[in-house]
Amino acid sequence: MVDHSSPPRPPLSTASLIARLAGIGAVVAVVAGAFAYVNGTLDPQRLRPKTLVNALETNSGVHPGFRRNHAKGVCVAGYFESSAEARAYSRAQVFSEARTPVIGRFALPSGNPYAPDSSVPIRSFAVQFSQANGQQWRTGMNSMPVFPVGTPEAFYQMLKAGAPDPATGKPNPANMPAFFAAHPETAAFLAWVKTAKPSASYATESYNGINAFYLVNAEGKRQAVRWGVVPQRQDAAGDVAPSGSDFLEKDLVQRLTAGPLRWQLNMTLANPGDPVDDASKAWSGEHKVLNAGMLVLQGSQPQADGDCRDINFDPLILPSGIEASSDPLLAARSAAYASSYLRRAGEVSPLHSAPQESTP
Amino acid sequence: MSAQPRFFAPLARLLHWVMALMVIAMLFIGAGLAASVSERHEWLLHLHKPLGIAILALVIVRLVVRFSTRQPPLPADLPLWQVLAAKASHLLLYGLMLVLPLLGWAMISAAGDPVMLSSSVQLPALVAANAPLFALLRRAHGFLAYVLFFTVLAHLAAALFHGWIRRDGVLQSMTGRDAGTD
Repeated sequence: MVDHSSPPRPPLSTASLIARLAGIGAVVAVVAGAFAYVNGTLDPQRLRPKTLVNALETNSGVHPGFRRNHAKGVCVAGYFESSAEARAYSRAQVFSEARTPVIGRFALPSGNPYAPDSSVPIRSFAVQFSQANGQQWRTGMNSMPVFPVGTPEAFYQMLKAGAPDPATGKPNPANMPAFFAAHPETAAFLAWVKTAKPSASYATESYNGINAFYLVNAEGKRQAVRWGVVPQRQDAAGDVAPSGSDFLEKDLVQRLTAGPLRWQLNMTLANPGDPVDDASKAWSGEHKVLNAGMLVLQGSQPQADGDCRDINFDPLILPSGIEASSDPLLAARSAAYASSYLRRAGEVSPLHSAPQESTP
Repeated sequence: MSAQPRFFAPLARLLHWVMALMVIAMLFIGAGLAASVSERHEWLLHLHKPLGIAILALVIVRLVVRFSTRQPPLPADLPLWQVLAAKASHLLLYGLMLVLPLLGWAMISAAGDPVMLSSSVQLPALVAANAPLFALLRRAHGFLAYVLFFTVLAHLAAALFHGWIRRDGVLQSMTGRDAGTD
């Protein structure tokens, strides 16, 4: 078959053979070693997506099929009606089209899907805007104005401070105060939380995107913003949460039966000097605020089989015309959400059949 | 029958070396982004997607070149097990270079995420949104990427074995340097 004659090959001396084999071994070892460093095997101290999600599971338990954080929630659907105000700042289609369909999800900020609604004063609202051109904008908003910490490392330390002590099954009560004392950046959040009370309704809350982003217009000009939604209906002052642990979803369903619920989407434009990379710091003083349009919710679905169930509200899924800021929490949220999503996506069936309210 | 070529065709060699760099970079980018929560995660992801599609396009070109050019034969005195290992590993390399980008594309589709190659370049979904399918495809993507990494390592070791130990012209058939004057 072959007339290919190999060039004469003088045999290798034993020393030369060993040296050459060692050379091959060294090349393979260097490449494999570099790979093991990059994938974290040789760098165990690195904060990885799974480290964060494991910490969430440690604190709240593993509840198959549920999100590892903000586990208890309800799906909603409706549309966004744009105003003209944001168009000069962003070329995103969501601001130029009259209407964009949305799927959303209200939730409690805990990894426990059975947490009582009154257990925390925070509620969250995640929204997916589906543009006609196929691009999407996803955002996860919370009712607090700032995040407790500004970095993923500090967030991980906070999760560890809230971890149950193996001996007692409860977090050591001294840990969280010690964490706050060691992290002065938590002051703005702590000042807010002191006055915050668990609301009786998802519908009466404002929700803040907290992290900064850039709006980018057709000329490529970038404007740093923080966004949030403000409810168009406020209940009478003094309305407090009823007793019981599952009143939020019932209240929402009831209100939506009576008619659509509306939130105005506000874009707060950064002033020069406002921090765009630190979600723990408020933007103080006078700011120009754009009314970008109205978010209208028309219906709800239980999360076990609702349209929001399989959506990962990754804050870095953005349309052309909205860009991430240098806030380090954004990449961390995106990476950790992906890890949580992978875990629960393979477990959807258990969620579907899980009793949602009968388990303590 | 004309004499067998001693070298791969110039275009085949060019594609091999360009893709070698791309695939190795891709493996490190993928491993790095999956193990990071820092800003690195984001910019690695933004490299990973367009690079993956470029590899998919080039591997198709490469298969066409492979089947339309003549390959230098393996040395006649190569032991049978090494011949089989060479053939099997090349099949695996081509298969994985083709399948991994498709798995990545399909898994993003199955997650219901828009398949964005940049802030405005979007590919159509390969499959409909389906969370359990996403979990399966995502795990397959990661697992097969490791299979590819170890196959690439074995390929590298074998190439050096041919070049440094056997000195049989196999490494030179891809480098293009003449082995006869060694």
